[in-house]
Amino acid sequence: MPHRTFFWFFFPSGLAMLLFIGLPIISSFFQSLHIEPEQILMEVEKCDPFGCKTETKVDIEATTKLQEEQPLGRFNGLGTYGDRNHLAFDEIKEAWTNSSSIAEFTDILLNLPFYKALLFTLTFCFAVTPPVVVLGFIVALSVNTITKSLKGPTIFGVILPMIVTPLIGSLVLFWMIDAKGILGSFIQFLFDDPNLSLKSSSQLTWITLIIYGIWHNTPFAFVVFYAALQTVPQDPIEAAIIDGASRYERVRHIVIPHLYPVATFIILICLMDNFRVLEPIIGFAAEGVAQSLSWMIYNDLRSENKMLFGSAGATSMLTIIGVAILLTPVLIRTWREFRTER
Amino acid sequence: MESKINRYSKQLILLNSFFILAWLIISVFPFIWTFWGSFKVKADFFSRADWMFAVTGVNTLIETGDTSTVKAYVESWTEGEFWKATMNTIIITVSVVTISLFLGTLGAYALSRSTYKYTFWILIAALIFRAMPHITLVSGYLFPFFQLNVWGILPTTIIVLVAINQPFTLWLLYSFFKTVPKELDESALIDGCSYFQAFRFVIMPVMWPGVVTAGLFSMMLAYNDFTVTSLLLNQQNYTMVPKINAYLGTIEHSGNYMWAVSSVVSATAPLFMIIMFFQRQLISGLTAGAVKG
Repeated sequence: MPHRTFFWFFFPSGLAMLLFIGLPIISSFFQSLHIEPEQILMEVEKCDPFGCKTETKVDIEATTKLQEEQPLGRFNGLGTYGDRNHLAFDEIKEAWTNSSSIAEFTDILLNLPFYKALLFTLTFCFAVTPPVVVLGFIVALSVNTITKSLKGPTIFGVILPMIVTPLIGSLVLFWMIDAKGILGSFIQFLFDDPNLSLKSSSQLTWITLIIYGIWHNTPFAFVVFYAALQTVPQDPIEAAIIDGASRYERVRHIVIPHLYPVATFIILICLMDNFRVLEPIIGFAAEGVAQSLSWMIYNDLRSENKMLFGSAGATSMLTIIGVAILLTPVLIRTWREFRTER
Repeated sequence: MESKINRYSKQLILLNSFFILAWLIISVFPFIWTFWGSFKVKADFFSRADWMFAVTGVNTLIETGDTSTVKAYVESWTEGEFWKATMNTIIITVSVVTISLFLGTLGAYALSRSTYKYTFWILIAALIFRAMPHITLVSGYLFPFFQLNVWGILPTTIIVLVAINQPFTLWLLYSFFKTVPKELDESALIDGCSYFQAFRFVIMPVMWPGVVTAGLFSMMLAYNDFTVTSLLLNQQNYTMVPKINAYLGTIEHSGNYMWAVSSVVSATAPLFMIIMFFQRQLISGLTAGAVKG
């Protein structure tokens, strides 16, 4: 296809991506270099019959004027990245010199907002992914063996948790797990503790979120594994049967090696998808104990009156760096595939 | 072809059936429970006394005179203005699907037919774009959108969702067009068609299976989106998902938790219907290679 024709075919799509994906990233970076203007204070002398006193109050007029002149705020360089809500260099330095043990230091470190969010995000990613892969594989093997006429409805049932949006999915589970819901009551009954609630401690909330993550992500692993199972070559399996291999041995030595590339694909996608976890935190109303990086950005942008563009931009940039690290293996994989295709 | 020796033993079949049944309950039961509970009052669905109330509807009987009620549905659709959210969702979903398929088919066709190296780099860029968390993009939109005064309205959100959706659509349709034999449109070119004519008269008639799959994913993205719609739309223009979230949060509706429950059912039901019809396309799309990112 000549360059000219290619250009006109691709132009609309390319323009859309450039304007609304490429540009926002740059804009986000630009925002992160600025900080909201401080409110201008002024001294006012207030007199009443009992005498005069001076008060400091916000000069609304001057502040609005400044905001109009510099809507993005003043230039702050990389300052926002280092402040307490982000990488918190000063606080870390201070904690390092002041704390007597490593445990104390990590404790201080993990109470800083950014590191707290990073810890949750990573814990969520790495706790959800392995069970998802294992369960997805088992469910796929299992569905693969049932009668053909039942397969369609079964697959439909299994993929439901994946279809609904995470917010709705987490709400549906939350209403059951709630202390007044069916599962919540059951758990209380099981542990014989009428006050037990999954919201009572941060560990329990984290576990609930992770269970939700597994519930939501397993269907994706299932679908991909199920499709891959259809491509497992039959000849080696027949040969193995003739040689007397048991069912377990056949799965272990023929099916699983065949599915290795698929499994790495699922793991990478799962890690990347869960790195942006946001809606479950809102759905489970777990903001108090579990914040993710995406949630930090969401929180900065949520209030309509005072959006912290600088802070959100900085967290966005740091999140993108995290995504980039997770994305590298995917890119290398795609690169290799293209090489072999050509 | 199943060989005789590969038959499953009775125990294995039994174990397998149990497992599948258990798993089906785990994935489907929450939805059935919510559906059932949406016809009860709050005192039953979130019962302090006994969870069985949610099944039998004791308080519902006391409060409304029947064991099930559609009160929450009626109220959320009228008073809660869920009809408006539904309209907005329909407008956004239909527009996003149409526009992103139009752009996507053209772009992906060009990518699949060009032999130059830059197609590879475009696809890699699309993959990177696909991996960007939506919230980071939203943080980049807000400020310029406020300055341009386009924040809060539906068209902006539609364009944003189309753009966010493009990388995935491109990859999906790219791998689909790769399976359409090149000879088909090449012969049309030899017969004197322009590239656009070849696309219009030769490719378009055969591209519908791929387009349906891509359309299904665009639909799910637009229908399910929370991040973009909740931050880029103003309250009056909310779609279903942010609306449900708003029911949960605002103080004025705090007593009306059941609005959220019934709205969840209202929002999920159509989606399940569509998936029931297009299950095959959904699965073929998910497995179309290293696409979903």
